[in-house]
Amino acid sequence: MQTQTTTAANTVSNGVNVQALLGAREALSQAPEAARFKWRATSEWVHGTQSRTTIDGFHGLGGEQRHRQAFEFHTDHPEIFASEDKGATPVEMVLVGLAGCLSAGVAAVAQHRNIQLRSVKATLEAGMDIQGILGIDDKVRNGFDGVKVHFEIDADATPEQIAALVAQSQKRSAVFDIMTNPTDVHVTASKRT
Amino acid sequence: MNPVVDVVVIGGGHCGLAMSRALTQRSIDHVVIERGEVGQAWRAERWDSLRLLTPNWMTQLPGQGYTGPDPGGYMGAGEVAAFLADYARRISAPVVTGTTVLRVSALASGYLVHTDRGDWRCRALVLASGAYRKPVVPALLAQALPPGITQLTSQAYKRPGQLDDGGVLVVGASATGLQLAQEIHHSGRPVTLAVGEHVRMPRLYRGRDVQWWMLASGLLDQRIEQVDDAARVRRLPSPQLVGTRERSTLDLNLLQQQGVQVVGRLAGVRDGRALFSGSLRNVCALADLKMNRLLDGFDAWAQREGLAASVLGPNRLERPGATVVAASPVLSLALEPQIRTVLWATGLRPDHSWLALPVFDRHGGLLHEGGVVQGAPGVVALGLPFMRRRKSSFIHGAGDDAHELAAHLAEHLDRSAGLRRHATPAAAARPFIGPSTAFTSESLAS
Repeated sequence: MQTQTTTAANTVSNGVNVQALLGAREALSQAPEAARFKWRATSEWVHGTQSRTTIDGFHGLGGEQRHRQAFEFHTDHPEIFASEDKGATPVEMVLVGLAGCLSAGVAAVAQHRNIQLRSVKATLEAGMDIQGILGIDDKVRNGFDGVKVHFEIDADATPEQIAALVAQSQKRSAVFDIMTNPTDVHVTASKRT
Repeated sequence: MNPVVDVVVIGGGHCGLAMSRALTQRSIDHVVIERGEVGQAWRAERWDSLRLLTPNWMTQLPGQGYTGPDPGGYMGAGEVAAFLADYARRISAPVVTGTTVLRVSALASGYLVHTDRGDWRCRALVLASGAYRKPVVPALLAQALPPGITQLTSQAYKRPGQLDDGGVLVVGASATGLQLAQEIHHSGRPVTLAVGEHVRMPRLYRGRDVQWWMLASGLLDQRIEQVDDAARVRRLPSPQLVGTRERSTLDLNLLQQQGVQVVGRLAGVRDGRALFSGSLRNVCALADLKMNRLLDGFDAWAQREGLAASVLGPNRLERPGATVVAASPVLSLALEPQIRTVLWATGLRPDHSWLALPVFDRHGGLLHEGGVVQGAPGVVALGLPFMRRRKSSFIHGAGDDAHELAAHLAEHLDRSAGLRRHATPAAAARPFIGPSTAFTSESLAS
């Protein structure tokens, strides 16, 4: 029984290299400069409300880094906004980021806690009153008035352990932090020549 | 010529006194330097209504337990000061009062302790000036607040009457933040409480003080080596507890019922508005989960120990319910004119600004291993959070740490003195002061 438990514990694999993450944590606590990252995106307006955004390089660990390939994302607005709907709405892309970030966190925390995951499904819903962006009512904010995320998780764990995974994932999530706390956003412009 | 002593103990609080007794038992020549009177912080730097978070029967120092009529009660600050003064007399601690240490520097061998009343030279040093001396205030937020708002730290706070009439924003959800929020709310000033990560505990669990469970189950004796993430546990805020005659639980649910507005962590100040984090729901969920794991751990311990019948017995107290969070938590608040005072209950840290030794990390934290300060031979600290054990910052936790670190200092003194010390039996000739009863943590549990 003891042996089986130990074996099971060692074979838990959610595909997250926790040892590497812990190693990075240790190394970066000694080299805080290398921990300073810059995430980048470049976008080109295509037509109407459509834009194409490319993700390629970023800065971290003291140098320039690249993804294995460039990723392209199209954003647009749906037809009910009289748009062509060539891509997800930008606010939906925010949900993409939140879902990806929290799910990655769930997997990493589960790995660290020796919990085998079988499936992790997140359903997200953000409320928004578009009177804000349309300038109808100054009292209404432009952005979300709230975000709901529900996780359905199949794992070798109790409901409390699953709740703790999701809570810890939020605690360590960058996108959760970005959405829940104010961030200084500095936008500039220049004339293209 | 400056007076020379083997060990200078800086601080005449419970830690300095526990160390003084341990040094005396080893006949090690020492002096305890105290800026004010024994237990100064308890006399001058606490709010009027403060009571210990631990019951009286736990308020023990080596050789001295609580002998008063109310072992289940909680001492006020004045009673703690009196308890310490009594202890200092009983152990004949060599305390030099009214003497402030201005600078400690290294000599070719040993240390120079420069005070406002002369200097001392010593071969070893004990940093016992307190773990909770200097308020930690988030500078950027403090600077961003409108100038018309009075800012106050929990260290400067005494009583509600010192505050302007009008709203108060209490920042921080430790024991301090919750206690002050409640007291100020009861004074008729509307209170908003900004809540980040916190530690929730019921005062009583199954009819016993939660601190009894912490101690009896061995949690308070847990050593720092047994903990996964030492840095994290050392940063934990004090649990949301209060010591009252009714032994009542103080939590966010009670405060909200009483009318305190609970909001998320203070995350920014913009255009005269305080902005609160949208993480309130999650920090409450985290605290609820951790509290229930703690209580589950108590139950499992009681089962293992065969205490189930007597302790678990009838479920005398139900588990506290989940923390209630408003359907739409307030995310921003116009500061003026409603809010007149911002009260920072954002924690206290040690003040080692007078320590001119290369013993700090890049954040100004003391580099130490279980209280043995790194990079300065013969220097030890006492009383820091989870320094050697979970109880290291508790009054009753000082004894075991002082006992072990006194042994470390004795070795250091022997080593640095070489054979000289063994050649002169001065130590053996000194009178032995104080009771010799061994202090064990087991004795507390009974």
